[in-house]
Amino acid sequence: MNAIRFIDQVLKPILFLLSLLPLALLIGQFLTDTLGTNPVETLTSTTGEWTLHFLIITLCITPLRKISGWHGLIKLRRMFGLFSFFYAFLHVLIYTVFEHSLDLFAIIEDIIERPFILLGFVSFLMLIPLALTSTNKMVKRLGGHTWQQLHRLIYPLTIGGALHFLWLAQSKVDVRSPLVYLIIISVLLILRYPPIIQKLTKR
Amino acid sequence: MLIKRPDDIRSSDITSESIYKERRRFMQGAIGAGLVAGIGLNIPSDATAKEKAIINQDFPKLPKSAFNISDELTTYKDITTYNNFYEFGTDKSDPARYAHTLQTRPWSIRVEGEVENAGNIDIEEVLKLFTLEERIYRLRCVEGWSMVIPWVGFPLQALLKRFKPTSKAKYVMFVTKNDPKQMPGVRNTLLHWPYVEGLRIDEAMNPLTLLAVGLYGNVLPNQNGAPLRLVVPWKYGFKSIKSIVEIRLVEKPPITTWMRAAPSEYGFYSNVNPEVSHPRWSQKRERRIGHFFKQDTLMFNGYGEQVADLYTGMNLTKNF
Repeated sequence: MNAIRFIDQVLKPILFLLSLLPLALLIGQFLTDTLGTNPVETLTSTTGEWTLHFLIITLCITPLRKISGWHGLIKLRRMFGLFSFFYAFLHVLIYTVFEHSLDLFAIIEDIIERPFILLGFVSFLMLIPLALTSTNKMVKRLGGHTWQQLHRLIYPLTIGGALHFLWLAQSKVDVRSPLVYLIIISVLLILRYPPIIQKLTKR
Repeated sequence: MLIKRPDDIRSSDITSESIYKERRRFMQGAIGAGLVAGIGLNIPSDATAKEKAIINQDFPKLPKSAFNISDELTTYKDITTYNNFYEFGTDKSDPARYAHTLQTRPWSIRVEGEVENAGNIDIEEVLKLFTLEERIYRLRCVEGWSMVIPWVGFPLQALLKRFKPTSKAKYVMFVTKNDPKQMPGVRNTLLHWPYVEGLRIDEAMNPLTLLAVGLYGNVLPNQNGAPLRLVVPWKYGFKSIKSIVEIRLVEKPPITTWMRAAPSEYGFYSNVNPEVSHPRWSQKRERRIGHFFKQDTLMFNGYGEQVADLYTGMNLTKNF
């Protein structure tokens, strides 16, 4: 089996199923009442953290491609990007339904009055056009260059998501977890700095 | 059922130290076993039966307080496994996991400052001297969740009166035990240790203000602030300081640990108030543990009748 078919027919399906595991675990825990004492809090924080995990995985693809020379990895990037959107969407859904019982006024008040919610909301908004333009048809319609420019939004939205987490954690004084995410994200962004990419790229 | 008058409770009715130490060890083991079972996929359907078997052992015949509320009680499991006690870690499950290293005997509380009779009082003396009763209170955490807890305790005013505060005593300061050998969380500096809290003297003397030694008719588990903690039900939960080693009567309001950590977010009074939001979240609603959807938060956590007049004329937005 050649490399492309391996990725399409073996690796991608396996990784797809693995990416659904966090959700499967949450559903399983919900059904067995093992989400903990504050189930909504568990759901909110777990979906939020997996959004960040998948954004980080997505951001790893390009550096990995350049370092390994395995260009087939690009075929995985869209899938992981869409999973980021998927978990972000779940995170926002849980927030609107279980934090605010779909009370639109309460949600708007939260967005206006709480900067960390506004930041999270804006970061999520930036993900939407990326999800909508993820198909091959949309790449053709936009043209490769425009598409690439639009998808650079992943940089501010990932930082926004991590800062949203940091801002919330500051109120409980324990900022260690969000700081780890910010460090990892910073490293991934530094790896895109052209002089560094050139040094790392496999010829 | 006959409600006993306080003098009917003899000190011999209160379990002797060795027996409740034994029961506490058993309870912590039983809870541990319950937790392990909980991590697996099957939750024993007799969880309530298990709870019923272990509660009400140490303080079996308590009079019930007139302040008891009729809200549904939070389960013993939730009360003892979902805790903010940063001295043992910052995750909610950390205190239950790590607080077993806290030594709750011998334990004495130093009462000093603007009092006539400064001195130490041993926890065993406390258990003998003061009439214990069951107090079912709401507890509202500043984070936005709440519980209903059947405490075992006595009014703080009874202990303070014994030490005779002078006219200079305007505030009461409380200090938690601070020992890095027993409390792994104090080895980091996320908060400034020891944990300090405070009340105005009239808040401290209010009949609602409780010193708790137990919950659900048993001695306090370590993670809930054994062997002696404060419960101020009309204020956010972080003011209900745990594992008290010192009570000091002072002239000026003490700077509490959370005021020091984030002065724009946590104030001295921290009265439960749906009209005053925290910078990161609204305080209008709360999640009652055990319920999925939120419910409205009550002014003074529903204790306005007892405490509202402590604050007449005060701007509660400024004095948050």
